[in-house]
Amino acid sequence: MAEIKLEALAHSYLDKPSKAHDYAIRAMTHTWEQGGAYALLGPSGCGKSTLLNIISGLLQPSEGKVKFNDKDVTGLQPDERNIAQVFQFPVVYDSMTVFDNLAFPLRNLKYPKAKIDKKVNEIADVLELRDVLHRRANNLTADEKQKVSMGRGLVRDDVSAILFDEPLTVIDPHLKWKLRRKLKQIHEKFNITMVYVTHDQLEASTFADKIALMYQGQIVQFGTPQELFEQPAHTFVGYFIGSPGMNIIEVAIDQHNAVFDDVVIPLNAALIDDGVTISNNIKIGIRPEFVEVVDAASADSYLCDVVDVENLGTYKILTVVLGRQQIKVRINEDQTVPIDKAHITFPEKYLKLYIDEYLVKENIA
Amino acid sequence: MNLKVHDNKAWFLVLPVLLLVAFSAIIPLMTVVNYSVQDIFDINNAVFVGAEWYRDILSNPRLQDSLLRQFVFSGAVLLIQIPLGILVALMMPTKGRMASLCLVTLAIPLLIPWNVVGTIWQIFGRADIGLMGSFLNSVGFEYNYASNPTHAWFTVLLMDVWHWTSLIALLCYSGLRAIPNAYYQAAKIDQASAWAVFRYIQLPKLKSVLVIGVLLRFMDSFMIYAEPFVLTGGGPGSSTTFLSQTLVQMAIGQFDLGPAAAFSLIYFLIVLLVSWLFFKTITHLDSKK
Repeated sequence: MAEIKLEALAHSYLDKPSKAHDYAIRAMTHTWEQGGAYALLGPSGCGKSTLLNIISGLLQPSEGKVKFNDKDVTGLQPDERNIAQVFQFPVVYDSMTVFDNLAFPLRNLKYPKAKIDKKVNEIADVLELRDVLHRRANNLTADEKQKVSMGRGLVRDDVSAILFDEPLTVIDPHLKWKLRRKLKQIHEKFNITMVYVTHDQLEASTFADKIALMYQGQIVQFGTPQELFEQPAHTFVGYFIGSPGMNIIEVAIDQHNAVFDDVVIPLNAALIDDGVTISNNIKIGIRPEFVEVVDAASADSYLCDVVDVENLGTYKILTVVLGRQQIKVRINEDQTVPIDKAHITFPEKYLKLYIDEYLVKENIA
Repeated sequence: MNLKVHDNKAWFLVLPVLLLVAFSAIIPLMTVVNYSVQDIFDINNAVFVGAEWYRDILSNPRLQDSLLRQFVFSGAVLLIQIPLGILVALMMPTKGRMASLCLVTLAIPLLIPWNVVGTIWQIFGRADIGLMGSFLNSVGFEYNYASNPTHAWFTVLLMDVWHWTSLIALLCYSGLRAIPNAYYQAAKIDQASAWAVFRYIQLPKLKSVLVIGVLLRFMDSFMIYAEPFVLTGGGPGSSTTFLSQTLVQMAIGQFDLGPAAAFSLIYFLIVLLVSWLFFKTITHLDSKK
């Protein structure tokens, strides 16, 4: 049971890192609160697993500190941190039975036998391993092996946190959903801090209360799934979350308008201050879900060519061209599909402005 | 499916192999079997004696002693070399220049011809000029492998340990390298002690190489000849005379071909039987449950 704090944490696999690019984890300060269910989401190679291994103590960070409940544990080994971690590929001790596998961490901690029996049976019930409890672990299927692997992480209820490194990669799709539910139940029952690494946004949003989105060794946004969807703090969040991702268009700023390819889009005045002119990396973004298709031309609508319609069952994705930019628009199945030409509008509330890839928050003052 | 036989010409394709095996194994072995049931006086004068040589051999006290000695020696070899080899493999560095250096150093004894190993130790152990022998004597230990049976045994065993532990160490080293790092990480997370890591991760994964190691070391040590022959000549007395030396004395020294042939077959069957027992025992441990 612990709150995990990362202070000015950075890690490089090189001996003498100099450029920002040499770092697998770039300087970050972050807090995982006690009892939270978190997802660490990001593309392959963004440093998720590195960060997880630093939290568990399998890896020593090059810089910065890891604190559990304000106690500095940076130099401590995993056993001294009392933490559980489940790996991407199942690790079972194949000379032992399933029961012995699950009991292994408890026996190492010299738990009394009665308590071991109770805990192992409890976890075997939750993970539905009861039928194979006395089978040798090397004869199990990949699914079962991963459940055993997870079970070893879950049997100890006194751990500081449980870390999952893409634990459902090898699991069948129909079981994935079930196991995620199980994890959530275990989380609610024992109130243990859980950090779940994944590159699948669906997995992240069904498991976690809050998602930390990682990109190039940094946490670019930390928030609820809804926040990540509605207020992407970084263009990468917009691109990565959602299917399809956010429409992001490079623009120039002319007074209170965003301009690209002769298209002029007025922006919320509150977004723009003098700082805008400093950078030449300015983008606007809007999610396909928020682009509106209107029946007739109006003052704030734009006429564009429809180049593609993808039917995805309950909704359709239109690809339209405005200026020279392709824009994805999501429309519901009951909406009429425009042919050849469409009028679209960009509701001001959902039109985001990004400078140097980061979101410009509304300037209230 | 048509199972009707059209012709049997394909059998001719097996003929070369059959000939090869016949000349390399079957005929020599049958010659030995042939000798073992006859009393041969000269090339044209042989008498069939049935199982007499076998009975003779099994009740020969010289042979019984030699067999007992052989079992004690092979047992000692396995008891020392297997744990020691595993220990060496565990302590070896896993990567870098030191790892290569260790591998080469370990391989050296394996590359030395057997009678040369005997010669090396014969000189190394000499009480007057040998490095080990004269050192032991200079620190007050009256060591002399040529006159003291215990010292002779100690020297022969030490020589074999020096010569062959490397084999076990190298086999285990390759076995250890094949264990994915994830197992060690998982064990760390599961708070396993160093002993638990060895007992539940490393040892099970070493089992297949250890089966090979135990079998090789048993067979080789059970058939040892050149090294003790050069080192002690089987002495003092017959204290370090092992089976193959007894056999050679009988076959070549005394030219008792009949008993020697019977002896050879019994020898062969013992090696086969014990190897089979080892193999079955170790693989059986795995198939439980």
